[in-house]
Amino acid sequence: MIVGRRETWTGRLLLVLLMAVTLMPFLSLFVTALHPSGSYPSGLEWPRDPQWGNFVKAFQAARMIELVKSSTLIVLGVVPVALLLGTMAGFAIGHLRMAGRNVVFLAFVLGLTLPFEGIITPLYYQVRDMGLLNTRWAIILPLIGLFMPFAVFWMRAHFVNMPDELSESARMDGANVWQLFWRIHVPLAMPALSSLAILLFLWTWNQFLLAIVLVDDPLKRTMSGALGAFQGQWGTDMPLLCAGSLLILAPTLVIFLIFQRRFVTALLQGSLKG
Amino acid sequence: MTRPTPDSVVDPPATSPGPAAVTRKRGHARAAGLRTPRWVGWLFVAPALGVYAVFVLRPIALTVQYSMYRWDGIGPSTWAGLGNYARVFTDPDLYDSILNAVKLIVFFSVIPVVLGLMSASTIRRIAASRLALVGRTVLFLPQVIPLVAAGIAWSWLLSSAGLVNQLLTSVGLGGVARAWLGDFSTALPAVGVIGAWVLLGLCTILLLSGMSKIDPALYEAARMDGAGPLREFLSITVPSLRQEIGVCVTVTVIAALASFDIVYVSTQGGPGNATMVPGLEIYYLAFSERQVGIASALAVVLMVLVLVVALPIQWLTKDRSS
Repeated sequence: MIVGRRETWTGRLLLVLLMAVTLMPFLSLFVTALHPSGSYPSGLEWPRDPQWGNFVKAFQAARMIELVKSSTLIVLGVVPVALLLGTMAGFAIGHLRMAGRNVVFLAFVLGLTLPFEGIITPLYYQVRDMGLLNTRWAIILPLIGLFMPFAVFWMRAHFVNMPDELSESARMDGANVWQLFWRIHVPLAMPALSSLAILLFLWTWNQFLLAIVLVDDPLKRTMSGALGAFQGQWGTDMPLLCAGSLLILAPTLVIFLIFQRRFVTALLQGSLKG
Repeated sequence: MTRPTPDSVVDPPATSPGPAAVTRKRGHARAAGLRTPRWVGWLFVAPALGVYAVFVLRPIALTVQYSMYRWDGIGPSTWAGLGNYARVFTDPDLYDSILNAVKLIVFFSVIPVVLGLMSASTIRRIAASRLALVGRTVLFLPQVIPLVAAGIAWSWLLSSAGLVNQLLTSVGLGGVARAWLGDFSTALPAVGVIGAWVLLGLCTILLLSGMSKIDPALYEAARMDGAGPLREFLSITVPSLRQEIGVCVTVTVIAALASFDIVYVSTQGGPGNATMVPGLEIYYLAFSERQVGIASALAVVLMVLVLVVALPIQWLTKDRSS
C-alpha cells in the first residue's frame, strides 16, 4: 500500500491523543484517591504524601468482599440459565425449524431494542407481588427474561449455519433430539457460547437500573448498583469516593485484561449482530 | 427431556431408509431433525419464551395498561384514557426530557461516529504497529467499566476544581472555566461529552474492523488515479463501511434515547430540568412522585420512539446485495 509518511504520523498522534482522553478519567480517579481523605484536591496534582490507606478504607467502607460475593451470586444466577434457555430456543428456531418459528423469532427480535426503563414500573409491582423485592431474585429473574432477545438472536445466528447433514447422521445413529442438542450441537457451539457468556456477564455485573429500583440493600445488589449507594453515602469525601470507584470497577477491568481478545471479539460481534 | 422422543419410538429400525435413500431424499426433506416432528422444537423454545413472556412481554402490556389510568401506585386507579399521553406532549417538563434525549444524539452518535471514522481511517495505516494494538485495548476500556463509574469520574473531571478547568486555565482559557455539569447552558453538552467518551472507542474499533475487510486494491487504484486522502475517504472508505456505520448509529442512538446511568450519577437531571431524560423522568415519576400513569405513558412513548428510530436505520444500512 502506498502510504505517506506524514499520514502515518498524524495517525499515531491522533491515536495517542485519543488514548490520553480515554485514560484521563482513570488517571484523575487514581491521583485523587491518594489525597488525604476529606480534602478537596484540585485537578491533577500528585499529593505530597500519597495516602495508599484510602484504598483500604474504601475497601472496608464499601464492604467490597460482600459486594463481590453478591455480584457473583447474581451473575451465577443469571448467566448459566440465560445461556441454556437462549441456546435451546436458538437451536429450535435456527436448526429444528419448528412450525411458527418466524412469529416466535420476531417476538424476540422486537425486544432487542427495548429500553429497560420502559418496563421498570410494572416490573417493580410484579416483583413485589411475587414477594421477591429486596432479594437477589428481583434482579436475577427479570434479567434472564430481558436477556432472552439477544441470547436467542445470537444463538440462532449460530445454529442457522450448522449443516443439516450433521444432525441427520446423528439421528441415524439413534440419538434423540435432546442428545442431538446436548452431545453434538452444544459442544460445537462453544465459541458462540463463550462470547455470549462474556457479554451477559458484563451486562449483569454492570446492571444499574434494576438494582437501584428493585433492591434497597446495596449488599444484595450488583457492583454497579452498590457504587450508586456508595456515592450517595461518601459523595462529599472525594478521595474516598474515587478510591471506592476504582475498587468497584477493578474486577471487570481485571477480567477484561485477562480475556482481552475474547472480549473485544465478543463485543464487536455483539454490536454487529444486535 | 432425556426420554426418547415419540418419533424415535414409532420409527421401527427395519423400515429406516439406508444412507443412499437419505441422500436421495434430502432435496425434499427440509427439517434438520429429518424425523423430528416439528412441534418438538416448541419444547426447546418454551422455557425461553416463558421467562420472556413473564418478565418482558407482560410488563410491556402492563405499561400500556397503566398508561391509560391515573394511579398513585397504592390506592384505586381511575380511567384516564389518552389523557396521560396528552400530558406527555403538552407538559414542557415531560416533552423537554424527550427533546433533551434527542439533543444527546448529537453527542452520543454524531461525534463518536464522525470522530471514529476519522480516527479509524488514520489508525488503519498503522494497524500492524504495537501502538495500534495497545490502542485497541485502551480505547475499549470505557465499554467494560460500569457507566456509574464513568459518571463519577467525569463529574469529578468536570467539576469547578476538576482537571478540565485546570487544563483550560493552563492554556489561558481560565475565563470559560466553570462547574460544567452545574451550569444551565453547559450541563447537557457536558453529559453528552461523557457519553461520547464511552462510545467513541466502541465506534472506532467497530469501524476499524470493518475497514480491515476492504480490499486494499481499491485504495491502490484510487492512489494511481491521483485521489487524495479525502477523496479516498469519501469514495472508498465511507461507502464500504455502510453496514458498520449503521450498527454504530443504531447502538449509539439507542444509548442516547435510553440514557439513564450517566445522567443519574452526574446530574440527576439538573440543574433545574436541564439534563432530564425520559428514562430518569420515568424513574422519578413512578417511584418518587407516584404518578404511575404518566410515567407509563412516557415509557410507552420512549419504547415506540426507540423502535421507530432503530428500525429504519437498520433497514437503510442493510447490505442488500448479500
